[in-house]
Amino acid sequence: MSLSGRARSGGAIPPLPSRKPLADLFFSKRPSSKRLILETQEPAKTSSTSTPANRSSLVGPVWAYTPAQLSNPDQRAFLPSSLFSRLSRYRRTLAAPLLSAGCVLLLLALPATPARAQTDCLACHGDVTMTDGAGHNVGVDATKFHAGIHGSLHCTDCHSDIKGYPHPAQPSKVDCGTCHATEAADLVGSVHQHASAQPCVSCHGNPHYILPKSNPQSAVYPLNVPATCGKCHGNAQFAKQHHLTNVYPEYIDSIHGFAVSKEGLLVAANCSSCHGSHHILSPTDPQSPTYRANIPQTCGKCHAGILTKYMAGVHGQQLKAGNPNAPVCTDCHTAHGITAATSALSTDACGRCHQAQLTTYRDTFHSKVSHLGAYVEVARCSDCHGEHDILPPSDPLSTVNPRNLVKTCGKCHQGANAGFVRYQPHANDRSWRQSPVLFSIHLFMVVLLSSVLTFFLIHTLLWLIRSLIDRA
Amino acid sequence: MPDQAMPKPVTPTQSQHPVTGDDPSGRPGAGQTEPVTQPAPAQQTSAQQTTGGPITQPEERYFQRFTVKQRWSHAIMLTTFLGLAATGLTILFSSNAWAQRFAALVGGFDAILFLHKLCAVTLTAVFLYHVYDLMVRIFIKKEKGILWGPTSMVPNLKDLKHMIGNFRWFLGLGPKPTAERYAYWEKFDYWAVFWGMVIIGSSGYVMWFGPFFGRFLPGWALNAVQIVHGEEALLAITFIFSIHFVNSHLRPDCFPMDTTVFTGVLTEEEFKQRHLDEYQRLAAEGKLEEKLTVKPQAGFVTFAKVMGFTAVFIGLVLLVLTVRAYFRI
Repeated sequence: MSLSGRARSGGAIPPLPSRKPLADLFFSKRPSSKRLILETQEPAKTSSTSTPANRSSLVGPVWAYTPAQLSNPDQRAFLPSSLFSRLSRYRRTLAAPLLSAGCVLLLLALPATPARAQTDCLACHGDVTMTDGAGHNVGVDATKFHAGIHGSLHCTDCHSDIKGYPHPAQPSKVDCGTCHATEAADLVGSVHQHASAQPCVSCHGNPHYILPKSNPQSAVYPLNVPATCGKCHGNAQFAKQHHLTNVYPEYIDSIHGFAVSKEGLLVAANCSSCHGSHHILSPTDPQSPTYRANIPQTCGKCHAGILTKYMAGVHGQQLKAGNPNAPVCTDCHTAHGITAATSALSTDACGRCHQAQLTTYRDTFHSKVSHLGAYVEVARCSDCHGEHDILPPSDPLSTVNPRNLVKTCGKCHQGANAGFVRYQPHANDRSWRQSPVLFSIHLFMVVLLSSVLTFFLIHTLLWLIRSLIDRA
Repeated sequence: MPDQAMPKPVTPTQSQHPVTGDDPSGRPGAGQTEPVTQPAPAQQTSAQQTTGGPITQPEERYFQRFTVKQRWSHAIMLTTFLGLAATGLTILFSSNAWAQRFAALVGGFDAILFLHKLCAVTLTAVFLYHVYDLMVRIFIKKEKGILWGPTSMVPNLKDLKHMIGNFRWFLGLGPKPTAERYAYWEKFDYWAVFWGMVIIGSSGYVMWFGPFFGRFLPGWALNAVQIVHGEEALLAITFIFSIHFVNSHLRPDCFPMDTTVFTGVLTEEEFKQRHLDEYQRLAAEGKLEEKLTVKPQAGFVTFAKVMGFTAVFIGLVLLVLTVRAYFRI
């Protein structure tokens, strides 16, 4: 990073110690408290991923704290509340051992390099308009930084190749995985691994201002996830350029999208509910939660009752038996554009596979009625066959088992009886083999119609011609 | 259908030609200011009068062909038939955009079906009244010739000869044959409608009251009535809106509109041209004068024409839609 940009932008480089007394560099209270916690909570991880330089900087001000200071609301304002409460709970019992352990560590590490605090860096980078030689913004808003989840860290915790000032013109790229090892490992092999030079930043935003995901302002707060993913997956042009699925518009109009955007339901499915977050895999990957065969389990995470019914039904049984064509949730409901399921949609959804049945259904009054008004109560597939726990007609529990037909048809047809339900709702009068009687009747009617019309068309035409000839 | 007793003509003889206040000489070109033409002498009343200038032109004679009852039957039947066709085709071809738009316009499927049933019940009432009327005339009044006479609707050998003769005439192989009161195509119209109402009506009621008929009809019958109802209705619609329209209302010798079935009367010339056998039979029997009637009022003729053209227009639109939907073109 070069300071030439900043020089050009007009501000003179301030002398390093000008803003804070030198003592603050060593006795800054904010950064150390976080480190203290890290040391106590996750000693193994921190020690394995921290460089000696880091370690030296974080232990410095431990002794500056007293239990009284830690319990002071002003003091703890910068501490993540949950961690603080855990710390407070243990502070009476742990304070003494921790302090002594901290002192030992400090004494061991102190000689490595001089500790550096944020104030050093912010002396220059605190100007939010600061740019480097290439024109990239390298300013950090100190207020926002301190409000963020990383606000308690030292700059050099992440920018670990910067040991002093002046620093290299091109500091190396920050590796988030230094601390976030699990997430970094998850990212490997995911569809986003090579999505950008800094995949973490694409979703989480400027790393200096990252908020905890419980914060409603966070980019990965459950209600904000769709918009965050939609930055790429909701931009038609961008999505086309990069061969991405442009699913945000479908999702946001779906029942899930409405639940998130209109109702603000934290439990509503957002992108990561189904796709995961860091380890997002292609739907073609058998490990992916959106792989065809895994979809019922994925949806079943929330829709547990439906999953049970589905697995009991003929579709679930087929899936279990390994039939690759067995319909899963998304075949009927679609993946992203899910709307409130009504029987009105069932004809198209079921008909995609059951084409023969759809054709014969289309012949019936049931279908004709359904075309003339979506709100008319008329039998569509699911009204007779059920939805998730569809069973074959041979099953005594099936709604279309002959023994249950009077009840099923009787839902609409008052007075349905054993004779009435012998009506065949899927009779095929085009097929001699399937329904010879109906085929014959249909054939007779067509022959009657065509012969009568043919005879009289000839009769009338000849008459017209003769009349015109006689007139002439 | 066989004639009933015709209303007695107001004026049995031409010398007492009726000149009502409304209809001094209501034909076109004979305005109120024009001197009223004197009733023509009897020998001059044949349709082919050869004498007389524009003023002395004798009155055309008008004969009663259809009774009021028959005309009302036809009017109600054509109205309900158009209603049944419009709503029925909407249901039959419900996947077409025009059907869905029409249904939305009318008020959705419920409204369509309601109108269909309303028309059906009305038409059924007309049909049942006609059957009742026939029964009374056949079994109570024991009218002569209602079944086998020259004015009967029952087809006979003469109709077959008439048809063969007509085809010979069409092909230039013989003279134009003459018809009795009802030509064979008119009898066909009658029986087609009669059969159609029985078939379409009964199948419609089976569908309407499915659970009731399901008690004693076999299972396949409930499926069959749907096929029969739709196909027979298609036959009726295509036949009425093409063959019947042309044969009875639009053919060249009565183009653009034969309004006899609305006004109930035809001129002597038309009578002789279309039903010469009947004309001659009545003349021989001396009953021709009984059929004489007054010229219909101009306003009524206009009304009849508007009604006829409206029916034809609606019918032709439905015919085009039907053919296009049937052949998916």
